[in-house]
Amino acid sequence: MSVATTANYLNEEKGLKSWLFTLDHKRIGMMYLFAVMIAFFLGGVFAILIRLELLNPGQDFFTADTYNQLFTLHGAVMIFLFIIPAIPAALGNFVLPLMLGAKDVAFPRLNLASFYIYVVGALFALYSIVAGAVDTGWTFYTPYSTTTSTSVISMTLGAFILGFSSIFTGVNFIATIHKLRAPGMTWFKMPLMVWALYATSIIQVLATPVLGITLLLLIIERTIGIGIFDPAMGGDPVLFQHFFWFYSHPAVYIMILPGMGIISELVTTFSKKKIFGYKLIAYSSLGIALISFLVWGHHMFTSGQSEFSSMVFSFLTFFVGIPSGIKMFNWLATMYKGRITFEAPMLYTIAFMFLFAIGGLTGIMLGAISIDIHMHDTYFVVAHFHYTMMGGTVIAFLGGMHYWWPKIWGRMYSEKWARVAWALIFVGFNVTFFTQFFLGSQGMPRRYYNYLDQYQPLHMYSTYGSWMLGVGFLIMAYYLIYSIYKGPKAPNNPWGGLTMEWQTTSPPIQHNFEEQPVLEHEPYDYDTRMVVNDQLIKKEDVKEKENINV
Amino acid sequence: MEHAEKKPSYLQHHFADMEQQTDAAKLGMWVFLVTEVLLFGGLFGFYTFYRAWYPEMFMEAHKYLDVAMGTTNTFVLITSSLTMALAIRAMQLGKKKQTIAYLAGTLFFAGVFLVIKYFEYSHKIELGMLPGKLYFFDGIQAANPHIFFSVYFTMTGLHGIHVLIGMIIIGWVMVRTMRDDFSPEYYNPIELTGLYWHLVDLIWIFLFPLLYLIG
Amino acid sequence: MEQQNTATAHHVLPLSLYFTVAGVLFVLTGITVAISFVHFGEFNIIVAMLIATVKASLVALYFMHLKYDNKLFMAVFLSSLIFLGLFLTLTMTDTMHRGDIDPIKEHPIKKEAVFYNK
Ligand code: HEM
Ligand SMILES: [Cu+2]
Repeated sequence: MSVATTANYLNEEKGLKSWLFTLDHKRIGMMYLFAVMIAFFLGGVFAILIRLELLNPGQDFFTADTYNQLFTLHGAVMIFLFIIPAIPAALGNFVLPLMLGAKDVAFPRLNLASFYIYVVGALFALYSIVAGAVDTGWTFYTPYSTTTSTSVISMTLGAFILGFSSIFTGVNFIATIHKLRAPGMTWFKMPLMVWALYATSIIQVLATPVLGITLLLLIIERTIGIGIFDPAMGGDPVLFQHFFWFYSHPAVYIMILPGMGIISELVTTFSKKKIFGYKLIAYSSLGIALISFLVWGHHMFTSGQSEFSSMVFSFLTFFVGIPSGIKMFNWLATMYKGRITFEAPMLYTIAFMFLFAIGGLTGIMLGAISIDIHMHDTYFVVAHFHYTMMGGTVIAFLGGMHYWWPKIWGRMYSEKWARVAWALIFVGFNVTFFTQFFLGSQGMPRRYYNYLDQYQPLHMYSTYGSWMLGVGFLIMAYYLIYSIYKGPKAPNNPWGGLTMEWQTTSPPIQHNFEEQPVLEHEPYDYDTRMVVNDQLIKKEDVKEKENINV
Repeated sequence: MEHAEKKPSYLQHHFADMEQQTDAAKLGMWVFLVTEVLLFGGLFGFYTFYRAWYPEMFMEAHKYLDVAMGTTNTFVLITSSLTMALAIRAMQLGKKKQTIAYLAGTLFFAGVFLVIKYFEYSHKIELGMLPGKLYFFDGIQAANPHIFFSVYFTMTGLHGIHVLIGMIIIGWVMVRTMRDDFSPEYYNPIELTGLYWHLVDLIWIFLFPLLYLIG
Repeated sequence: MEQQNTATAHHVLPLSLYFTVAGVLFVLTGITVAISFVHFGEFNIIVAMLIATVKASLVALYFMHLKYDNKLFMAVFLSSLIFLGLFLTLTMTDTMHRGDIDPIKEHPIKKEAVFYNK
């Protein structure tokens, strides 16, 4: 097993400055990873506090106002600071050029700029906490957001700035995918993760500017009162919701699409079988990107938008299920008769398929107007979007992180502890959020610090679940950080993957590959290839020698 | 980087050749322009929805915009687009002095545009034709005229900021041209600046009739 | 100028083309302004937008070289207009149809600003 003790991107240049001014996509990706993990921790702390208040009815730890600020901060930090950049800007930044066989992304300086813009945006968002934390909910609905006395401006300005960071990542990835594919890598020979990142970038580029202008208008409305969202001045607050959701519904696909990309990679690698329906999965990513722009009004069924509009949006919403369903069935078909092994990344893959199915199907339920009128703004919705965002995106993110960890650091983590953490997270997640489906369907509204006694048992279980989740994450933090320093050295290709990132050393050298790699086989050619001790071999050769049983 | 074959200094290490680099840069710029269109798109939406709600008010209020100044500015901006395009052409032919002259011309017209805009704005501010709560003009009879001026000021304001940013970038590529950074083989930054500048012109081409020339 | 490196070869368009395009843009600007003084009612906006679109296309095709460049750029640019169109149309399914089915009895949107009612 050849182990990289030689020069690599981590040790070639030393010192803080070599990191802060780096143009290497791998280092920028790692700085992003560091930053989003801090955000995830922060958001997690807020979440634990929210659940703590809800353990019992009545006011226990926080006042109603503080509670409002807590859930707003939780939502805003998780959405804008964690989940949107988590997969594309952190993991995607690291793996995209490697998967394409390129030396870097198309615009390395823009990439670094995007990171610093993220940091500036984050500082504005965090400043809002000390400046009288926002209490509007992460959605900043008018007219409340233009009248509350809390620090709406610094938080929205933060989100506005973060938007640019997201746009720059999108621009960069689109140009990279178009222009920097290795010789021989046609569009339909790209790894599916790349397709997913491509579709994600399209959404980032098309939707984020509208959020930008919306938040800008909100800020102007708040400062000088231009009246467009103010009904007392002939304006219309529902317009704000249209502007906001034109971004934010597509944004939920900025979150989930790259997660789906990761799952497509993991499911083939750990089934050691060619992916089923490659083209369908690729096209369905684009299909999701397109349809995601047509359904935002399903967040507004009870807002007072016209009935006609609700009907149109409800009708269109059902179409989102089709491309997601296509992916789901293709993944299942890939596993069918595969040689599945259950290392940690595969465990996350299976968890994803289970949880995202629940999240997606409840989404379809909510898309039906008659049901949504009852369920809107209840815990049912909270459970739905946690099943998609946490059960889907976060779980896929964790799967991807475990999958590429050996590549990133050149070290292996403890598989045993990884399984323990996985089990705690999987069970903890379901205990926390499945209960909320019941709470919601029984009428528990969202965004309240207090509730009727009848909801207590379910709320209690939900809070217990959140503790389990917390413990799971702490264990994960421990064994991952430990592995960076003390973990056994990782081989170049620990999982036997066939995409290009596994053809370079672990950790990769500074410019990724010794020579420009040329694509010689399709990304998932497990029919004809296999990896033994870091060596990619053709199965026919093996059969001839007959020293390894296939 | 280490490769011995002579790569020109302006070819970045991760690209195989100039064509790949230029094409990537242009694609990146076009994608960025898409984001600009959608950024303004929000405001065009704002315009559309409110015009549909208050057609008479828009009709009344727009009469207080100065068509002569608006028209002049349209001519000015089109001319600046022309000089920008000619600056690129001059550099394609390696005529450095001409490039600088045309860039200077573009800067000049951009400046004229902003000066005219300044006069328009100060006139409106004086009379109280201002957005939202700041509005205190008495002359318009239709309901909610302040909304029209909210639309007017946000749209032309955002556009004006883009003109300003454009001027900074044009100034910068002008300096770089003087420094001999560019040649017929490499003039990508001027080209990208041009794309941005033409987009600013493009947006004005729509703003002008929508705001000044309502039937 | 020497053109040994084909990779950097590019179109140098004739000067006359640039001036013709600018000339047409000037003329069209004149026409829209002139037409705006004639009242066709509904048609004014349609004509004005048509002329603006022609002008914008000229700028994009010639000044921005879309006509000669990689067609991908054209597709990218057009996509922005398509998605903007979607945004406007779908939002108007709401703004243009309020009260169609359930008539609006109270007006949440005041027709007149409070502060303006002096
Ligand atoms: C099959 C796909 C999906 C469908 C049909 C769907 C449908 C819906 C509907 C109808 C609502 C509105 C419920 C209400 O407010 O009353 C909703 C809310 C929500 N969904 Fe989904 N959804 C889907 C996937 C996703 C995904 C993948 C994510 C995130 C990664 C997500 C995140 C959210 C969030 C955050 C909310 C709540 C927004 C708020 O704060 O009001 N959804 N979804
Ligand atoms: Cu949605």
